[in-house]
Amino acid sequence: MAHFTKATSVHDWLNQRLGIDTVRRVMATEYWIPKNINFLWAMGMVLAITFALLLVSGIFLLMYYQPNIATAFDSVNYTIMNEVEFGWLWRHIHGVAASVVFLIIYIHMFTGIYYGSYKKGREMIWISGMLLFVTFSAEAFSGYMLPWGQMSYWAGMVITNLFAGGSLHADGLVEWIRGDYVPAQAFLTRFFMLHVLLLPLAILGLIGLHFGALRIPHVNNQDGEEIDFEVEAAKYKAGDKAGSKVIAFVNDFLSKDMMVVAIYLIFFFYLVFYHFNFAMDPVNFDPADGLKTPAHIYPEWYFLWSYEILRPFSTDVGLIAFAFAQVIFVLLPFLDRSPNAVPASRRGLFQVWFWLMLVDMIVLTAMGKLPPEGVFSTIGLYAALTFIALWIALPIITMFEKKA
Amino acid sequence: MKELLILVVVTIFTLATYYLVEPFAHSQMHKHVESEHFAYNDLPKLTATGDATRGAELVMGGAGCTGCHSIDVAGMPAPMDAVTAAASYGVNPPDLSNAGAVYDAKFLAELIKNPAHALLVEHKFDMDKGQMHPMVAFYGTGGDLDQEVADMVAYLQSIAVKPEELTPAIAYETVCGRCHANHYAKWTQIGTTPTFKYEKESLAFQIQVLEYQDSLVKYMGTLPPDLSIYIRSRGEHYIETFMENPQNYLKGTAMPRVGVNKHAAEQVIEYLKDSGDAKRHEREEVGKYVMIFMVIFAIFAILWKKQVWRDLH
Ligand code: HEC
Ligand code: HEC
Ligand code: HEM
Repeated sequence: MAHFTKATSVHDWLNQRLGIDTVRRVMATEYWIPKNINFLWAMGMVLAITFALLLVSGIFLLMYYQPNIATAFDSVNYTIMNEVEFGWLWRHIHGVAASVVFLIIYIHMFTGIYYGSYKKGREMIWISGMLLFVTFSAEAFSGYMLPWGQMSYWAGMVITNLFAGGSLHADGLVEWIRGDYVPAQAFLTRFFMLHVLLLPLAILGLIGLHFGALRIPHVNNQDGEEIDFEVEAAKYKAGDKAGSKVIAFVNDFLSKDMMVVAIYLIFFFYLVFYHFNFAMDPVNFDPADGLKTPAHIYPEWYFLWSYEILRPFSTDVGLIAFAFAQVIFVLLPFLDRSPNAVPASRRGLFQVWFWLMLVDMIVLTAMGKLPPEGVFSTIGLYAALTFIALWIALPIITMFEKKA
Repeated sequence: MKELLILVVVTIFTLATYYLVEPFAHSQMHKHVESEHFAYNDLPKLTATGDATRGAELVMGGAGCTGCHSIDVAGMPAPMDAVTAAASYGVNPPDLSNAGAVYDAKFLAELIKNPAHALLVEHKFDMDKGQMHPMVAFYGTGGDLDQEVADMVAYLQSIAVKPEELTPAIAYETVCGRCHANHYAKWTQIGTTPTFKYEKESLAFQIQVLEYQDSLVKYMGTLPPDLSIYIRSRGEHYIETFMENPQNYLKGTAMPRVGVNKHAAEQVIEYLKDSGDAKRHEREEVGKYVMIFMVIFAIFAILWKKQVWRDLH
């Protein structure tokens, strides 16, 4: 058994039992971050804060939400929005955060892609990040079912139908997922469970994994410079803070993170109070009606690009393309054959690949929302083909990439 | 400087995506109808100046309006209760106390002479095919028809509330309430839901509402939707232009052009905002303070960063 002495202070008491000084050193004051990074490296913290906002606002909503197909709609739109003090505020925070979190996730992902931060020991950061993306997508989708509006119902119908696998006709699987032939009470209750318990738990665990995966390789920097963290940390600790290439997570990096977070929150709360419609689709303010198909059924904006990869093809081909789109980003560290973990601007053809991919995904996103008619469906088709072609081209162009 | 450039790039891509999936996509998906400011230019102007006293006699007598409509302010009760009226006419004819304040004058005149035409429901009520509108047209009591109609319009205007006294509830209940429930405002087609002491009374009331709705469905072909949060599902512009002329959006729809004037339309919108976006004033108020707080917070965050990083450069 360890040796305990009479504590001299609360701090000492805790320190003997929990080793808080060590934890603090390892996780904060001697967790080294490269100095040469820009505000894009604060997106991780922005995500953590946004997730916290989602969690807190969600807990408040949960106090009045009723997971029952007869009362769900009014419990949200009347009880929470009109009756409960500041219920509207929690709901708008929750709705806007659910949408904005994806914007930040995409910025965070494309930052990783641009700077090659998924290579050279950072593969697990990337993979845990992609797992977070998938879980967040499921979380957003299940949350969208809860108000039981027209879009909840019909998006739920369309997305669960995908599991029939086209001509595989796995209708049994679809019914198993729904717990019924069509989305109904069983469907709502299980998505409620997923949304408020299982998926948030998984997200919390994955965030832990993601942070853990960062600790050994450290984060990348904006010049892809290989830093000897021990040497630089020694310099820092010897007092040469200006000469060292690293900074401490707390307070050095944290102060920059908080600056970015604060500016982000101005933008965020502006959306919450004055510009929330983009995050709360008008169609979902009509109660679910299984007999009335809405004129346009589309998912939330952050799913549109993959939806558009599904849409232009025949059912089976579309499903295969869709499945491809869902998993392909996970494989990025292995499809990129170049050892260069430097910014795309120094990687020749890969730079072209990066911007093409970004623009292509925006085009896919736009076409995914527009009605699939005339020129829009043609553009959508070519954009989907471009997406697939870009991924096939990636190993080839990176294989021949010169050492940077 | 590099950070600023990155910020510009991120902002441009974000705004481009936003523009494409929101304003642009919606402009492609939904038809845009401009408001005509409730001018009703297709209806003829009133030529005669009305005399309210003669109008009163016509409304209560010769023209037989009170045979179907109540006029509470003039002490004229409804000839039948709402459920029975709906069983006979398909819908309960609205109380006319404030008709002069909510309906456009030109529209009222046309409505009296030719209801199906004023209401733009001639596709449903074609006289040549013997389909009569439940509100019978007025053909005059022998004098100048236009003069008599103008007299009645003048009378209805004389008994109605002043524009500044027209509340959102009066506007909605007179113009939309006979067809559209609004359960967030506790409104049913037969009136405001009372608070009941006994469940039996509550159930009896619900049965009446259901019976009324049965007649309404027979008359309209469909149950007019509950408008509780239509302000959020359709938006202000849509509702405004829809009530101005439903045919602009839904060709052949059973919903009549109701003929509200601009002021009453604004009050109807206000009513829908009160039921569907009740906390909007609070939202704007709280929003102001939160924004101020966030800006101050950001200033402190920037100062802290500057202080910490002074040693790092
Ligand atoms: C035979 C019964 C009957 C008579 C007589 C009658 N009405 Fe009506 N009136 C109705 C019915 C039924 C409606 C509802 C029609 C509908 O909603 O489709 C109505 C609707 C109205 C409306 C509302 C129209 C709108 O745009 O919402 C006004 C105003 C009105 N009547 C005025 C009058 C006046 C003035 C007279 C006398 C000249 C009159 N009515 C005579 C049955 C009658
Ligand atoms: C005589 C009955 C009647 C009256 C009075 C009436 N409506 Fe309607 N309304 C209908 C019917 C019927 C529908 C359904 C139309 C359809 O689906 O074709 C409808 C539909 C609507 C819709 C939905 C349109 C959509 O996009 O689905 C709105 C909004 C609406 N009405 C607003 C109003 C307002 C505001 C008023 C009062 C100013 C009003 N209505 C008065 C019968 C009425
Ligand atoms: C809500 C979910 C997420 C949270 C809370 C989160 C949080 C963080 C944090 C705090 C960092 C360190 C600081 C930074 O570089 O920003 C980080 C780094 C990283 N994240 Fe995430 N992240 C999330 C999702 C993702 C996703 C979806 C991906 C992409 C697949 C991803 C990939 C990465 C990568 C590659 C890094 C390393 C960056 C570098 O080394 O420069 N993360 N994340």
